[in-house]
Amino acid sequence: MATQDATATASAALQTPGKRRSTPFFRTVRKFWIFYVMLLPASIVLILHNYLPMFGVIIAFKNVNYADGIWGSPWIGFDNFKYLFSTNTAWVITRNTIAYNVVFIALNLGIAIALAIMFHEMRNKAWAKFHQSTMFLPYFLSFVVVAYLGMAFLQGENGFINSTILPMLGIEKINWYFEPKYWPYILPIVNTWKNIGYFVVIYLAAIVGFDKEYYEAALIDGASKWQQTLKITIPLLTPVIVVMTILQIGRIFYADFGLFFQFTRNQGALYDTTLVIETYVYQTFLAMGDIGMSSAAGLYQSVVGFVLVLVSNLIVRKISPDNALF
Amino acid sequence: MSSSATNPTVGVDRIKKPKRERNPNEIGNTANFLINLFFWFYTAACVLPLFLVIAVSFSNERDVVVNGYKFIPETFSLDAYRFLFEDWTPIVNAYGVSIFVTIVGTILSVILMSLYAYPISRDDFPHKNFFSFFCFFTMLFNGGLVPFYLVYTQTLGLKNSLWALIMPYLVGAFWVLIIRTFFKTTIPVALLESAKIDGASEFRIFGSIVLPLSLPVLATVALFQTLVYWNDWFMSLLFITKESNVSVQFLMYKTMLNIQFLSTNTQAAAGIAAGGGILQFPTETVRMAMAVVGVGPIIFAYPFFQRFFIQGLTVGAVKG
Repeated sequence: MATQDATATASAALQTPGKRRSTPFFRTVRKFWIFYVMLLPASIVLILHNYLPMFGVIIAFKNVNYADGIWGSPWIGFDNFKYLFSTNTAWVITRNTIAYNVVFIALNLGIAIALAIMFHEMRNKAWAKFHQSTMFLPYFLSFVVVAYLGMAFLQGENGFINSTILPMLGIEKINWYFEPKYWPYILPIVNTWKNIGYFVVIYLAAIVGFDKEYYEAALIDGASKWQQTLKITIPLLTPVIVVMTILQIGRIFYADFGLFFQFTRNQGALYDTTLVIETYVYQTFLAMGDIGMSSAAGLYQSVVGFVLVLVSNLIVRKISPDNALF
Repeated sequence: MSSSATNPTVGVDRIKKPKRERNPNEIGNTANFLINLFFWFYTAACVLPLFLVIAVSFSNERDVVVNGYKFIPETFSLDAYRFLFEDWTPIVNAYGVSIFVTIVGTILSVILMSLYAYPISRDDFPHKNFFSFFCFFTMLFNGGLVPFYLVYTQTLGLKNSLWALIMPYLVGAFWVLIIRTFFKTTIPVALLESAKIDGASEFRIFGSIVLPLSLPVLATVALFQTLVYWNDWFMSLLFITKESNVSVQFLMYKTMLNIQFLSTNTQAAAGIAAGGGILQFPTETVRMAMAVVGVGPIIFAYPFFQRFFIQGLTVGAVKG
């Protein structure tokens, strides 16, 4: 880009010999040409990886067939969306995506703050560090590995729960991978187990930074630990909590593909409670080859997600400009 | 929680041995004990699942089929690993792919992102707002899976190429903004100006002043990118069908779907299955052994690197 502009300036200068001063824009380019060279490689990646697919959203308004190619396929307006929203699936994937995310946000918030406060109060800091490290371990595992761990517990025939725990309790074996009703409980547990370490780090960093004098004053006034937590720690944490939560709400339309695809082993029998927008888009496109429905669902997600991110960021900017994304 | 013992020892005869000096605002003994106990349970919940997988991988296949997965192998056996390494080409190959993609991807992405972040961190660069937004907008809106897939496979022709595993994570807008903020807040403008007066070119300034001063943030980005590249299986799922380009994560995934992916000699396995109806290799334990082989490096590297990640998270959490 930059070099092209530079040559354009040069040629422009050649063509208009009477003009001595180039425009401010071209002067900027000439003065800062090194910056454009620096910006170039990542810009190319951004164009190829992010901006080209954005133009591809028109696929959602076409009836794509490979004979005519993508550009040659006939326009069908909003028909893909009509089909999509006439099915029950659109409602199910939207409900699952939002409901799971609401539960995840609540758990990430409540449990992480409780654990962070407990870490902070532990007398032996070495043990606190140790426990924090082990808690952070699941964050490092890919969902492929986590799916293996899940399988070791949940597998129908040999899984630890079915072969050891349930017989001890005298309960019949449960076919976990074929019973949708259990997954609204399983998935939040897995999500918390995997991600809580991350949130604890964030909240603990905030708590450690608080001024000790508040607590000393409270102690002199005879405040108990409970009172200190409720009246000092939580109020001081509120800005961090609000920002983290609103940012997560902005992403409420995006599910964690790994969790819903890998951990459920993409079992069709579970779709009623495990199919989210991401997995639906993947499944209809790459397993069923239905480009129309898949791209319609994808665009629906992108547009709603876009609005949510914008709105959530506006709110964050009102509360705490430092934490706003833009 | 019990309230802290806050009795000042004024006027009390010290008959007992004086205890260690304690912060008067510490939690009481009971509360401390309960918290410690709770965390031991939580730690167990985080670590034990891995032990279960390891235990199964060292078990005898027959025990597993009869009694299910156990935390302690009834008969210790290396059969699963023996079987796995009988034909170790897929595993070694997958490690090669993962290591290559991780190293190349991490180095390239740190270079590209810091190169992009430097100009937009400079207040005297007139087009910094445009380029900031150009990068930032990718966080807000994306085309979705279908156009992305079609661009990669048809426009760029990256089906089955390792480049398809590297490029998607090269430039993350979030990290670019973090690096930019770091440049802005930690590198004094006076330093850049004096270097300029001394006649250093922008590249020289960037290479010998900006980058060395920004090692903390670059190390953080590199660590997280390493993790992203190493743990990624989704791009493989989309783009890779060729055996020779299968990464460790993808090999684990395929093994979970179908154990025969492990054996390059699938025809023989299929023959056995068709003839005897029973596969002659230990499927359950081999699966778990594959998981252990795949997750091993992470587990070994974890104790050394986790504190840098924790520090890095708090670097990333602060945005100027």
